[in-house]
Amino acid sequence: MTRRGKGKLELDPTVVRKARSLARKAGKPIVTLAKTHTTVSVERAVLRLAGLSGADAEGEPWVNHVVDAVRQDVGLEHGVSLPVWHALASGEYADLTELAQKAAAGGVIFHAPEGREASRARTASRKAAAAGLRKIDINRKTRDRFTKKYGDPPKPWIYLIVATGDIYEDMPQAQAAAREGADIVAVIRSTGQSLLDFVPEGPTREGYAGTYATQENFRLMRAALDDVSAELGRYVRLTNYASGLCMPEIATLAGLERLDMMLNDSMYGILFRDINPIRTFVDQRFSRQVHARAGIIINTGEDNYLTTADGVEAAHTVTVSQLLNEFFGKEAGLADAQLGLGHAFEINPTVPESFRLELAHALLARELFPNAPLKWMPPTKHMTGDVFGGYLLNGFFNLVGSMTAQDILLVGMLTEAVHTPWLSDRDLALQNVRYVMESTRGLAEDFVPAHDGFIVQRSHQVLGEAIELLERIVDDQLLNAIADGTFGLMKRPADAGRGLDGVARHSSAYYNPASELLDEYFADAKGQA
Amino acid sequence: MSKREESHIIRPYGDATGDGQVQVSFTLPVAHDKRAEGAALQLAAKMGLEPAMVVHAKQMGPHFTFFVVYGRCSHLVDLNKVVVIEREFPLLTPKEVSAAVKRALRRPLVVMGACIGTDAHTVGIDAILNIKGWAGEKGLEAYSGLEVHNLGAQVSVPDLVEHAQNLKADAVLVSQVVTQREAHLHNVTQMSAAFREAYPTGTAPVLIVGGPRFDEGAASELGVDRIFVKGTTPGEVASYLAHRLCATPAGTRRAKAKKRTTAKKKATNKTGAR
Repeated sequence: MTRRGKGKLELDPTVVRKARSLARKAGKPIVTLAKTHTTVSVERAVLRLAGLSGADAEGEPWVNHVVDAVRQDVGLEHGVSLPVWHALASGEYADLTELAQKAAAGGVIFHAPEGREASRARTASRKAAAAGLRKIDINRKTRDRFTKKYGDPPKPWIYLIVATGDIYEDMPQAQAAAREGADIVAVIRSTGQSLLDFVPEGPTREGYAGTYATQENFRLMRAALDDVSAELGRYVRLTNYASGLCMPEIATLAGLERLDMMLNDSMYGILFRDINPIRTFVDQRFSRQVHARAGIIINTGEDNYLTTADGVEAAHTVTVSQLLNEFFGKEAGLADAQLGLGHAFEINPTVPESFRLELAHALLARELFPNAPLKWMPPTKHMTGDVFGGYLLNGFFNLVGSMTAQDILLVGMLTEAVHTPWLSDRDLALQNVRYVMESTRGLAEDFVPAHDGFIVQRSHQVLGEAIELLERIVDDQLLNAIADGTFGLMKRPADAGRGLDGVARHSSAYYNPASELLDEYFADAKGQA
Repeated sequence: MSKREESHIIRPYGDATGDGQVQVSFTLPVAHDKRAEGAALQLAAKMGLEPAMVVHAKQMGPHFTFFVVYGRCSHLVDLNKVVVIEREFPLLTPKEVSAAVKRALRRPLVVMGACIGTDAHTVGIDAILNIKGWAGEKGLEAYSGLEVHNLGAQVSVPDLVEHAQNLKADAVLVSQVVTQREAHLHNVTQMSAAFREAYPTGTAPVLIVGGPRFDEGAASELGVDRIFVKGTTPGEVASYLAHRLCATPAGTRRAKAKKRTTAKKKATNKTGAR
């Protein structure tokens, strides 16, 4: 089921090409921006890739200490790699960790090396970053091996969420979810982690409405799911969130600990967390390059637009965001099969023909991105305390998923509006999914909307509105459009928002070994293809 | 018991008055067998459901069973002993609210909203403030008499106070959805204390809190003026603001009477001038 034959929606290929070319035009200046700036988190990610982990007694990571110290001495604009590996070359420090500890105590003065010293630091840092990338490559191969050994579940992959706040509670819950039928387990992060400008360290047992993303938590959870994958004879994927102020570092940790999917939207942090747009786009590009290398499927967050805006009026903003996410993703080296573009069943159920509208929107996403593993998100906005009505709504959501061959199905809970899911909620939800999926197996094949009928027309209308919006964005420039409140009604100017002080424009001497290696790798891959 | 008293006493209704029929579902941490069903019935009896019937039992994993139970509830409800907070203000239309604001303040009423602390769930505050609104009612942004500033998610308390001072907010709306470890109560208490500290007594903006897990009666305990719970519409909030800050005609506060007279006078003048 890759290419889906002739379009069911009879989309005009020239119109589709136009939409993509507009997305490219809108995105290009952003890519230039991303290529000419760095952030504290990008630099910390390089250090993490080179193997620096751990934190001081107060929990402040060594990578933060090093980047802060380099920044204080020589600024951020050259990148931290040359100053750091230049300092290491002095031979005064056994390794990165010792250097970090000394730097934290204020005992290191960093310099930006020049000439031969610079090229020596360059070579050394490249070697260190390459070692990290090798680990990521090995993990990717291990995943491939495990999906063969244990088996890769058929689509749609059933996506369940775990969120206790305590990694040691999460593990048995995740294993239980896998036994109940989850193909993907997502560990929701603690509320507020997106605004932390450091990645917490070690196993954590206290989180609000979720569990902190840490390297050790990633490792523990992946190991727990490996055990249950062997038991069930099916590879269970692990998902976390590469978003917020530490996006590049978390992406790197995900690659190092073999996470399989990462939430990674191009604009979510800007709109919903008020993170500075430039910070986000710079962090974004690096994190997507890492995801591309690691074979991680990204999940984008278009469903979020519809939680604030109207599911019918704002349908085209989802399409626009999907096209932008596709452009940014591919530019960073992600393959189609790694683009888990999101969309959601969020139309008010009292709207006449809401089900047909949902079908039209879901099918439009399917037809526009035939090779992307689309992520289909259940209703949240119109879920109420009426759990019985909610159960029916989730059934219709599942039905749209089946009829339009969605790839990643987030399981909707009947108690969505009431509490975090109980054991029985999850069981009932999975029964709902199983009934719909099994009873309608193959229905996507039979379901062909009437020529020029309601669904076809509606999809054309949404695509048309998406093109109009993209044209406006191209005219206005994407950063201005974001500042003007084009998305989700939120105004986010480029010179405001969180994390702006952690952004620097590259100097002519800027060097980042990880970016260089990732760029080369992608250029090679392109050359081979 | 007299006939009159009897009408205050009710019981659940299945398909006939007084049948007391109730449906519940729950999970017990045991595998499904006869003993498990017996355990479910024992629990039902202790909840006052007798006779009860296990109509559905399904094992979930090796150690749990989900039950649906129907039964006759032996408890009675005395309507005279039910305590609720009745709405203390009249519901106004958006036009009436804006008119009241204009009359009383002669400038727009400044409303500021935010989710505070780590809470990132803007659904509630957006439903009340965004033009789009909720439940078929437009949000406060659509009211011509209100000047709305939505600060969005994860605003710190010091920032909130600073913005309120800069904007000269008349009212501050705070939404709290995350309730893990009573975060909502902690955040709100901290917020109201910060406002009391930053403003001279009696000059702080009207503090309004909303969220699905608040107790409507806990306003004074939390140091705020009003709590709105699940199901609140923008119109209710706007009407409350008008009632509280603009002395609507239906109000009973003394200050209001005064303002009303002025308003009336003005109206008379107008007529005269015409």
